Amino acid sequence: MLYDALIGPFTEFEFMRRALAAIIALSVAGAPIGVFLMLRRMSLVGDAMAHAILPGAAIGFLLSGLNLFAMTAGGLIAGFAVAILAGVVARSTGLKEDASLATFYLASLALGVSIVSIKGTNIDLLHVLFGNILAMDDQTLLVVAFNATVTLLVLAVIYRPLVIESVDPLFLRTVSRAGGPAHLAFLALVVINLVNGFQALGTLLAVGLMILPAGIARFWSRDLTAMICIAVIAAAASGYAGLVLSFQTRVPSGPAIILVASVIYIISVLFGRVGGIVRQMFPGRHLEA
Amino acid sequence: MAQLHFHNVTLGYDRHPAVHHLSGEVAPGALVAVIGPNGAGKSTLLRGIVGILKPLDGSIHLGGLDSRDIAYLPQSAEIDRSFPISVFDFVGTGLWRGTGLFGGIGKAAREKILRAIAAVGLNGFENRPIGTLSGGQMQRVLFARVLLQDARLIVLDEPFNAIDSKTTTDLLALVKRWHGEGRTLLAALHDMEMVRTHFSETLVLARGPVAWGPTAEVLTPENLMVAMRMCEAFDDSATACAEDGHSRAA
Repeated sequence: MLYDALIGPFTEFEFMRRALAAIIALSVAGAPIGVFLMLRRMSLVGDAMAHAILPGAAIGFLLSGLNLFAMTAGGLIAGFAVAILAGVVARSTGLKEDASLATFYLASLALGVSIVSIKGTNIDLLHVLFGNILAMDDQTLLVVAFNATVTLLVLAVIYRPLVIESVDPLFLRTVSRAGGPAHLAFLALVVINLVNGFQALGTLLAVGLMILPAGIARFWSRDLTAMICIAVIAAAASGYAGLVLSFQTRVPSGPAIILVASVIYIISVLFGRVGGIVRQMFPGRHLEA
Repeated sequence: MAQLHFHNVTLGYDRHPAVHHLSGEVAPGALVAVIGPNGAGKSTLLRGIVGILKPLDGSIHLGGLDSRDIAYLPQSAEIDRSFPISVFDFVGTGLWRGTGLFGGIGKAAREKILRAIAAVGLNGFENRPIGTLSGGQMQRVLFARVLLQDARLIVLDEPFNAIDSKTTTDLLALVKRWHGEGRTLLAALHDMEMVRTHFSETLVLARGPVAWGPTAEVLTPENLMVAMRMCEAFDDSATACAEDGHSRAA
């Protein structure tokens, strides 16, 4: 019985296995990016970028229909353009990065919606907005896995300057010029992972599998490495549970995954070891020293 | 050959000068205090020296040092202390000159980091996140990192602000030790008594240089009065500066 509910769907249906593989790849790469987004106070930047990808994907759709490669390429180009332009504007003027991004993504969003309305139907639009992880074919799965691999490799390369730039940017600037490139590479990774996630979760929810696990991890550890591990596990667990939930009920897969992550997040807010509400209300007797 | 040579330097933001027409030299091994009221341009000058800020005009020569020979201690307000990094890792970034982007931290390097942490009196704090430290402890951490950087030119931005006298004494001892090792030191300071007692050379800054020389000669009530009277606000309608290459220092 329990086997039928929790494991059966995956042994029985190939599309469920593919979806699970995809969600694990997305978790392994996206969650660490989410942790850095949160620690660099860029959570909403991730959200803004997700919106910026939509018009790019829409242009791809306009040119070649519901072709995942065209839409992915469009999303990547639009995302990079917005990320890099916003980053450059923020660095060369006094404007804060979030304000700079907001202006760029609003412009590209308006552009994208106009493009979609030229050719698209409502169903196409829904697919772009919320994705469909159950419709994933082998090729798409390979693309997702490839992007995840690239993400982890690049993250390993820029990890040190990224950490130092987050803590003490002035120090990094005195010892190295790596800060700027590391920041831009990080923004590129954000875009890659949003595009990666958009095939499974859609442009609107892709960022959820990055930010929610990061938020969860914040409540369980004060150590960066541990936070990244917790975030990955939380993301993969949400993905698995979300797929099961979606299979057993009529909830679409993307929202189901993000809903599960949200429930874990709420539990963490309440009972988390680091700053959880219950913990703060009943801290126990104060210590000796 | 001077360690530091300011050639009619103007540093600032948005074309507004925060340090205006500074010329002069710092000899190798000098121990220089930079004093002046808030907004006098002390931090700006130090940022110019370490290369974070490009001069609007003029130039700063570093006497053959490259950026890795310079250690900079920023004001702790510039540091995001909520970031989950341990004291050990934070201090370890001081080894950047040896490790760079990808170099590993081996056994010898770990020993060095632990020794630096011990040298500032923070034994046992290695695994603490920096967010849990007090202001004085954080300042000790910053000094430990400078210690590891092993730099010939050390630039300290208000290193003794808002810390107690015990910590100040300990950290001042480090400054003296670095001075004894022949390193060149510049420190932005507010405590006149400390400057008088421990720093041989002083630059009084009030946007422009008010006076620069041996502390005993420079630290006069007249000079301090001039510095205090400096107007802090930028003038939005200021016109382009027409002054030629001469310093206004007395």
